[in-house]
Amino acid sequence: MELLNILFVAPFLDMADSPVFFAEVVITGLLTGIMYSLVALGFVLIFKASGVFNFAQGAMVLFAALTLVGLMERGVPIPFALAGTVLVMIALAMLIERMMLRHLVNQEGIILFMATIGLNFLLEGAGQIAWGSNVKVLDIGIPDQSFEVYGILLNQFDLFAAGTGAVLVTTLAVFFQKTTIGRALRAVADDHQAALSVGIPLKTIWVIVWSVSGIVALVAGIMWGAKSGVQFSLSLIALKALPVLILGGFTSVPGAIIGGLIIGVGEKIAEIYWGPAFGGAIEGWFAYMLALAFLMFRPQGLFGEKIIERV
Amino acid sequence: MKFRTLFLGALVAAVGVTGIAVQKAAYAAEQFFPMLVYRTGPYAPSGIPVANGFRDYYTLLNKRDGGINGVTVTFEECETKYNTKLGVECYEKLKKNSAGAKATLFNPFSTGITYQLIPKATVDEIPILSMGYGRTAAADGRYFPWVFNFPTTYWSQASAFIKYVSRQEGGWDKLKGVKIAHVYHNSAYGKEANPTLTALAKIYGIKLTLLAVDHPGQEQKATWLQIRRLKPDWVFMSGWGVMNSVAIKEANAINFPMDHFVGNWWSGSEGDVIPAGKGSIGYKSAAFHGAGANWKIHQDIIKHVYGGDAAKAKANNLGEVLYNRTLVNAMYGSEAVRTAMAKYGNKPMTGEQIRWGLENLDVTEKRLGELGMKGMLLPIKISCADHETSGPIIIQQWDGTKWNIVSKWIKPMREIVRPMVEKAAKAYAKENNITPRSC
Repeated sequence: MELLNILFVAPFLDMADSPVFFAEVVITGLLTGIMYSLVALGFVLIFKASGVFNFAQGAMVLFAALTLVGLMERGVPIPFALAGTVLVMIALAMLIERMMLRHLVNQEGIILFMATIGLNFLLEGAGQIAWGSNVKVLDIGIPDQSFEVYGILLNQFDLFAAGTGAVLVTTLAVFFQKTTIGRALRAVADDHQAALSVGIPLKTIWVIVWSVSGIVALVAGIMWGAKSGVQFSLSLIALKALPVLILGGFTSVPGAIIGGLIIGVGEKIAEIYWGPAFGGAIEGWFAYMLALAFLMFRPQGLFGEKIIERV
Repeated sequence: MKFRTLFLGALVAAVGVTGIAVQKAAYAAEQFFPMLVYRTGPYAPSGIPVANGFRDYYTLLNKRDGGINGVTVTFEECETKYNTKLGVECYEKLKKNSAGAKATLFNPFSTGITYQLIPKATVDEIPILSMGYGRTAAADGRYFPWVFNFPTTYWSQASAFIKYVSRQEGGWDKLKGVKIAHVYHNSAYGKEANPTLTALAKIYGIKLTLLAVDHPGQEQKATWLQIRRLKPDWVFMSGWGVMNSVAIKEANAINFPMDHFVGNWWSGSEGDVIPAGKGSIGYKSAAFHGAGANWKIHQDIIKHVYGGDAAKAKANNLGEVLYNRTLVNAMYGSEAVRTAMAKYGNKPMTGEQIRWGLENLDVTEKRLGELGMKGMLLPIKISCADHETSGPIIIQQWDGTKWNIVSKWIKPMREIVRPMVEKAAKAYAKENNITPRSC
């Protein structure tokens, strides 16, 4: 009886008792969800354009942030350091295409996936060899003061991250839907050989999409790195993006955002209202549980493309 | 031709025999210290100063003193990434080094790894020195003859923290109704302080809330929302790695008073506060040694290890909290060897002899002065039954550039903690069919 009360009665009474706090939990969840979406976007871009689940996305976030902070530590002004990092990420995309993807055209998805596992270890190691493993402070001047609105505490940094996420998603959605390159990217994702046969330059497309994904990784690296310092654990935030992808769908940019918001709010509510019943720290696995529950009803995710294959 | 063949044969034989002799001589004169390090991975920012501290101290022993009583100190690193599985692999790899010398003792620098090594090291007869971490019950030397966790443990630390709060609040009677939140790493390490805090909360009427944070602790909004609602008077943290700096940043974001936020000694290094920026000013943590590079030992390291290059020494973490902690750790280990040598002679010590050295370790104020560490830590004397000694802690506070000591030495509540230790040790012994020895 006590257990039933803890699981099905007390949490809802608690929400009703403190509606302002509940609103704060929801808003915090939404803002956190956008931070997850920033990481998930990188996965979506590459999967959407090349059908590859990029296991190295977390390592790309770390690599981009390490490069940025490494340049800043050497006295490079912030705008130049940002530009320099973007160039490094583009160069990295070209290298990945030349050294890895070019040799795997028309291979099974699992082979491409395994190649990205190798890339993950390479980037993690290369980043630490080049810039060291010590924690680095990343301060590019984003304000982080907190203030209250109707009793709800908001933080300038979180709002800035939300704004950045919104701009990024809008830009990418327009890019994919309205531009020739965007349509070419989608064609490549559907079928490498078919895209090649109609004259789409596969190699160029791959460089473009890995470059854009690298830039998205840089944005995610800045946002997460400013919160915790730039260090190896940045590469682990990819784990936070996985349930977002499962829920939102691997091929949808808006899905990454909506998925992030649902996961963000869901895990915060679960942790605060149901966490004590399980000894706390449930938000990590709860996000996966939530995503799995969605999978039961929509295996392609909320916004993913439904795959119908002739057998 | 025949003469030539004979000559060459004799030469080869001579070189071979001499080589073996030289190798044996080198092996014989070597005291090998294995190093389980994590210079990479999510906990590297904490692991690097630790690894550098061990390396520098062992190097100093050779360069300044010619080893320990003439026996050369050797050391070898194995990367664990703070991963328990890799830690066990490293232990197996470094039980003996490449020259065949047996490990002196292990400093796992991870509670998870320590838990796994306790039964193994007991069988292999290699002492474990888990200085201020690991299984707290190991403080009872009757049940854990091969494990040492002096100068103090998580449980002692938790009791000293409560004592500190009582002083800040104005007395023991003022503790009733005080709200304390324990924010802890959701691991064996993070949970260690919970039993003591829970027991003390019952005794003193403290309202204790336990809040777990999952590995690695990069996202803690839910935890700090709960703290914002709870409005605790004090927050105590048992964190590690990125969890610490994120927690400090989140505490600042909810305007929690930093001088009422106290980390344990693994949540109080430069790598924890610097990433959190100005918001970390006022944050406190426990410690059992001083911070900074103001002791003679540091001057010795700059002179003998870095050839006078102070900047290079600083770049290698000299004087940082975790670096200093490792100097203390390495000193305890080498002094145990020296203690054992006083009984068994100046030659490489075996595991059994080092264990004797650890159980008879007596680092006096005078000895600390000779080691260049006077004032950096307190003297210590270990015994067969007590592998901890309930050493006092101090509270340090971050001012934006350095740690400052802001309390006197605080003695743990031994009268409460020691019976808990003995009870836990007895329970462990029962589970594992261990017969206690008499001390």
